[in-house]
Amino acid sequence: MLKAEINIILKNGVADPQGLTIKHALESLGHKGLGDVRIGKWIAIRLDYKDKKRAKEEVGLMCKKLLANPIIEEYHFKISEE
Amino acid sequence: MKFGIVVFPGSNCDQDCFYVAREVLGQQAGYIWHKDTDLNRFDCIVLPGGFSYGDYLRTGAIARFSPVMNSIIGFAKRGGTVIGICNGFQILLEAGLLPGVMMRNRDLHFICRHVYIKTENDQTRFTGLYNAGDILSIPIAHNEGKYYVDARGLKELRDNNRIVFRYCSVSGDTDERSNPNGALDNIAGIINKKGNILGMMPHPERSSEKALGSMGGYPIFRSIVNWVKKGKRQ
Repeated sequence: MLKAEINIILKNGVADPQGLTIKHALESLGHKGLGDVRIGKWIAIRLDYKDKKRAKEEVGLMCKKLLANPIIEEYHFKISEE
Repeated sequence: MKFGIVVFPGSNCDQDCFYVAREVLGQQAGYIWHKDTDLNRFDCIVLPGGFSYGDYLRTGAIARFSPVMNSIIGFAKRGGTVIGICNGFQILLEAGLLPGVMMRNRDLHFICRHVYIKTENDQTRFTGLYNAGDILSIPIAHNEGKYYVDARGLKELRDNNRIVFRYCSVSGDTDERSNPNGALDNIAGIINKKGNILGMMPHPERSSEKALGSMGGYPIFRSIVNWVKKGKRQ
């Protein structure tokens, strides 16, 4: 089994009000020196594949077609052995 | 004429649209389960509001791949009339039938209240009974209504008069204060280039009877009926 771990995050420049709210909350707890806070999604998929190259192609397609919206989001993923 | 109202798992404005079509407009209406693919008997397809697939992943992202959507894309390409309301608009964006994307409201709240919108384009089959500049009182009810499109997309919409409705104040000012959700350029509704697909966040089906407090949305449905009937006579 292989495992794909996918991170989806808003592109730079796209406003992230959730991230901003979290930043304010962290600052109110006394944490200082915070830059931008960005929030995204993490998706894990178990794949019954042996071939990492094929898994990479498939997961790339999944991201493009469904998991991320390319207008506002970008994605990164890694494939590892379980 | 006959309205076809699509029902996805999680749609919740389908019955309101059906009621308006049948009882208020006196037209025929039928439901289309999202697994059905035959749209031939319908003159106008309505993608109603709600929370299709629980809004999982992104609003409209999963519904966009329901079997009925391929038929709707074909129906729209042949020039068929399609209106997406609220979640229906979000589905049209995810399907690429309209440009752009919906993001969470600026203030991260679900907003459910009456707003004012201004009719920017009265030359569509959906707005034939309005005049440009008409200000309508109409309810919104959404968490993801902050419309966004890149600068090129916005220019394309503006240059081709494809922004049909914009959020405004009671006196018609389209400024930041009258923008409930942070939508780019106060956009509340847009149309495709061919003019047969309208997406809008406000709910015309909730403002089509006096008893519900406003009639702002009624002319949209009536305009569609007039347009379809005129086409059938020709």
